[in-house]
Amino acid sequence: MLEMVIRGRVWKFGDNVNTDNIIPGRYKFKTQNLNELVQYVLIDLNPEFAKKVKKGDIIVAGRNFGYGSSREHAPRLLKLAGVGAVVAKSFARIFFRNAINIGLPVIIAPEVYDKTDEGDIMEVNLEKGIIKNLSKNLTFKFKPYPREIMKIVLEGGVIEYYRKHGVFPWEESTK
Amino acid sequence: MSGQTMAEKILSHAAGKNVSPGEFIIANVDLVFAHDGTALLAIDVMKEELKREKIFDKNKVVFIIDHAAPSPAVGMSIVHKTMRAFAKKHGIRIYDVGNGICHQILPENGHIKPGMVVIGADSHTVTHGAFGAFATGVGSTDAAIAMVTGKIWLRVPETLKIVVDGEKKPWIMGKDIILHIIGSLGSDGANYMAVEFHGKVIKELSIDSRMTLTNMVVEMGAKAGLIPVDEKTIEWLKPRVSGELKKIVPDSDTKYYETLHYDITDLEPQVAVPPNVDNVKSISEVEGLEIDQVFIGSCTNGRFEDFYIAAKILKGKRIAPNVRCIAIPASKRVYGEILKSGIANILLEAGCVIGPPTCGPCVGAHMGILGPGEIAVSTSNRNFPGRMGDRTSKVYLVSPATAAASAVKGKLSDPRDFF
Ligand code: SF4
Repeated sequence: MLEMVIRGRVWKFGDNVNTDNIIPGRYKFKTQNLNELVQYVLIDLNPEFAKKVKKGDIIVAGRNFGYGSSREHAPRLLKLAGVGAVVAKSFARIFFRNAINIGLPVIIAPEVYDKTDEGDIMEVNLEKGIIKNLSKNLTFKFKPYPREIMKIVLEGGVIEYYRKHGVFPWEESTK
Repeated sequence: MSGQTMAEKILSHAAGKNVSPGEFIIANVDLVFAHDGTALLAIDVMKEELKREKIFDKNKVVFIIDHAAPSPAVGMSIVHKTMRAFAKKHGIRIYDVGNGICHQILPENGHIKPGMVVIGADSHTVTHGAFGAFATGVGSTDAAIAMVTGKIWLRVPETLKIVVDGEKKPWIMGKDIILHIIGSLGSDGANYMAVEFHGKVIKELSIDSRMTLTNMVVEMGAKAGLIPVDEKTIEWLKPRVSGELKKIVPDSDTKYYETLHYDITDLEPQVAVPPNVDNVKSISEVEGLEIDQVFIGSCTNGRFEDFYIAAKILKGKRIAPNVRCIAIPASKRVYGEILKSGIANILLEAGCVIGPPTCGPCVGAHMGILGPGEIAVSTSNRNFPGRMGDRTSKVYLVSPATAAASAVKGKLSDPRDFF
């Protein structure tokens, strides 16, 4: 079960952070082991990130976060590194779905980027659709997920949902 | 109620109710596929995370070995082995080494029909919209779930209507048209949307060119790219598929998210300059750049028409001594066609190397990996830094005509000089 409120420090990234930025191919094709790959996450954009990110930290980014390949390693590694949520102006579609499926909250909130600095403390309430920048005392609203997606997100992803219920959110429980 | 777009029609059928944009639905899936870049994780998710044993329908799941085929490394050989064993165990169709690229061989072998919902663990799955299917790329978890349940959750996309009119010049190919559109809309210009192509030029385009168009809609973020089914589509599909072919077209009174018009009469050959696909320039702005490698192939431009145009330019000429030109047909069938028609010979005599049907250098897996600082002109679909090799290498995306012209001159060149 996922926390409905996520609180952490902000890491800022710009527009068009692509799946190769999140995990460069030169590492990805050496090993498929996520536990080994996690030390390289976002390394080309911020070499300190993988070392210093703490559980619950929040990525704030610009347009089109996660564009590129359909490989799922990208959202899986961010989650494994401890990232609690990604708040961006927009997301690339396949990354967005993959993140929902594996239980990484991804939030579209275009106003946040310009009013937030790296290191700010931020709080995201998934259910209410509210983001608070506690360092700057600012509040932003975003459209909460539709019911169907919320069901998946709150369980920590579609796989977690399935593990827990033995059925997918759309299947009749027969167990 | 106003009419429905192609995507809305197909998804309404797949969800068993009338759907509208923005709505979340559970859709029945008609085909799920994965290749040697994504199948392994899908198998792992199915076995390790979902702990499910059965495929929902063995006739609706297909594996393709195309990304690194024949295998260039032991690691990939293991992936291939695992895929073969899985396919055998579950009785699913697997297209092994030598058949070609998933997006080419699935339609060629009758797996794609108008009106289908196609889920592929590859971002260029959108290609199949050229046949009036709703086809979209997903990650391995979605693929695994679709493999065991035959279903997928989807948000019904808004549809962007793109109308392409004007007089298409002989040197303008489907690639130039789609690069031009991507350049004007940006890498997220159609994010989450279905794109529907209309207009005089689209009607005139061959199936090969239409596939180039839909192939690249993902480079502007689209979830699907669809072309209304017409006589050309039916004629192409008829010998390949069994059963009824639905004439999927939008309703006449359909409302679109937006309608955009393009006139390509005066369009110059287009080039996507690194580092992004939406960084599109006209050839006259960038010609003359020294290059090291030319690649003609990929799921974007590895079809008969592409080699036909390239051969027209290369006939009786030699590629420049400073470049190597790699030609890779997208499928065994295309390979056969270029052999039979004499095109292969023209390419060989011009100095090209012809590879077996596969993705090849497109994704930097093998057969033409770029060294540090090298520059390639390529007919593929992505030019991210390091896509085809070393991080400092660069990829310029062009049509097969521009690629062939560049091979002859040894620098990025305007194909119009050859027409
Ligand atoms: S040819 Fe390139 S883009 Fe197409 S499926 Fe293969 S690797 Fe992907």
